[in-house]
Amino acid sequence: MTTPPNAPPQRNIDIKPATPVVAPEPVSAPVADTEPIAIRAQGLDSWYGRVQALKGISLEIPKCRVTALIGPSGCGKSTFLRWINRMNDPIPGARASGTLTLHGDDLLSRSLDVVELRRRVGMVFQKPNPFTKSIYDNVAFGPRLHRSFRRADLDELVENSLRAAALWDEVKDRLKSSALGLSGGQQQRLCIARAIAVGPEVLLMDEPCSALDPKSTASIEQLIRELETSYTIVIVTHNMQQAARVSDRTAFFFEGTLVECGSTDRIFTNPANKQTEDYVSGRFG
Amino acid sequence: MPHVAEISTATSRAAAANSRGTARSRAARIGTERVIRGSLLACALLSIVTTFTILVILLVQSASFFAMPQVSAWEFFTGTTWAPLLGEEKHFGIWPLIAGTLLVTSIAAAFALPVGLLVAVYLSEYAPSRVRAILKPILEVLAGIPTVVYGFFALAVITPFLHEHVSESFGTFNALGAGLAVGIMILPIVASLSEDSLRAVPRSLRDAAFAMGGTRFDVSTKVVVPAALSGIVASWLLAITRAIGETMIVALAAGGLASMTFNPAHEVQTMTAYMVQIFTGDAPAYGIEYKSSFAVATILFVITLALTVVGNLFLRAFREEYE
Repeated sequence: MTTPPNAPPQRNIDIKPATPVVAPEPVSAPVADTEPIAIRAQGLDSWYGRVQALKGISLEIPKCRVTALIGPSGCGKSTFLRWINRMNDPIPGARASGTLTLHGDDLLSRSLDVVELRRRVGMVFQKPNPFTKSIYDNVAFGPRLHRSFRRADLDELVENSLRAAALWDEVKDRLKSSALGLSGGQQQRLCIARAIAVGPEVLLMDEPCSALDPKSTASIEQLIRELETSYTIVIVTHNMQQAARVSDRTAFFFEGTLVECGSTDRIFTNPANKQTEDYVSGRFG
Repeated sequence: MPHVAEISTATSRAAAANSRGTARSRAARIGTERVIRGSLLACALLSIVTTFTILVILLVQSASFFAMPQVSAWEFFTGTTWAPLLGEEKHFGIWPLIAGTLLVTSIAAAFALPVGLLVAVYLSEYAPSRVRAILKPILEVLAGIPTVVYGFFALAVITPFLHEHVSESFGTFNALGAGLAVGIMILPIVASLSEDSLRAVPRSLRDAAFAMGGTRFDVSTKVVVPAALSGIVASWLLAITRAIGETMIVALAAGGLASMTFNPAHEVQTMTAYMVQIFTGDAPAYGIEYKSSFAVATILFVITLALTVVGNLFLRAFREEYE
């Protein structure tokens, strides 16, 4: 897979000096009209019991782009992410109100088929969490949940998912050996392959590199860039450089509110909000 | 930094207060440590010595049993008649006792292993925390009931039920009634230990399966149970070991007739029940019957030891599972 022709150029926040704010953009800049929107939140509130975790979040996430959610711990970015595939459901006392849609489908509806939603929205977690099964069975797990396959079709699906996660060449000779024998970075790419195999439209990534060494992190970041052509990606990260490197748009959360959202270039070089500037420049958080 | 002065005052005051304490002498420290180490070692040795003494007595008595002229080791290990109390016509073929033990244990296992696992899956994966907070202690109470109570539960409740509702052929003493009671006794062992190993499966694995659209049943059966399998198997082996060694229930409810049968309605004698029969006064001390029970005990010891070893191997595999 190659980088798409319309991909933004590589950014390096250190090169451009911060230019003085001439005309601050609106705090939550809308996505350009030409870009299709995958996920749209409007006035999204969320609580854990009596604690309000999200306060009136309005955010548009464009299709087939990488959107980074940044902010200090406890700012609500993971909570927001986990409403997109309803992984908050089992948490006692978790509830949400407002609007959250995926291609127009109401994600907060009681009648929503959560199993169907999670087929459309895959997730990669903070720590690599392969099953205690073979590499092959890890990737085949999700597809097998939803349909029955002929052997050859499943083989093809597993191979292509592993290729998409840039792992095929490293594991093709040991598909039957335990996934726990892989390195941390390989395990995380396996988890990405496993999520891809289900055939999602959206990939949610909750700090996918925080348990990895720099080299593995680089390979995952490159992979995220390549997957952008096929999937809408939402990534939560604590690493500002990572957000700058991998994302097209960045949303800065603070204490449950969305402080600022816009193109990653602008957020990192010319933030409209003082808090955003302090955070992305490392003065707090 | 406005607090620097305050912090430096506090640290010097803490140091001053510390130096006012009385120092403990090095000799006293070493002496105490030595006494503690010695008494802990004595406790550890006591249990090891006891185990070895039992083993030695079993082996010595068994050897003197096999040395008796009326006994042939060949008959003991291959014979299918166990008639130690029949005057001149004594037979010591251990298979009827092993068959009785196997029959009762199989019945208990067939009931308790699957049901115990289902209880564990329910408690670990399905039960709301409030239900679990009630059920778990009840299960633990069940584990604390003296086995003699299970024995007369089998006699007074299970067997009459079988006789009335299943078949007239169930006598007062039968393998099924005793086996079910043993099954109820080992159920909490399976449920409790299996639940521990299910709960030890990291939540991240469940999250992964839920995030791919797995239902609770998918997650339980395809992720959690397979990941905890070695712990579950270990709980099964431990429960089977307990069932094989169980004495009071079978002595009360299974009967005292050593017979080569696999009919659950029949009266059977297990290895343990035979020993009870001998040591509660039916046989003269130091006679051949007395000594035969040591040979039976040795066989029982070997069987349960083998199961324990296998169980420990599974547990070790279980510990290596997630990393």
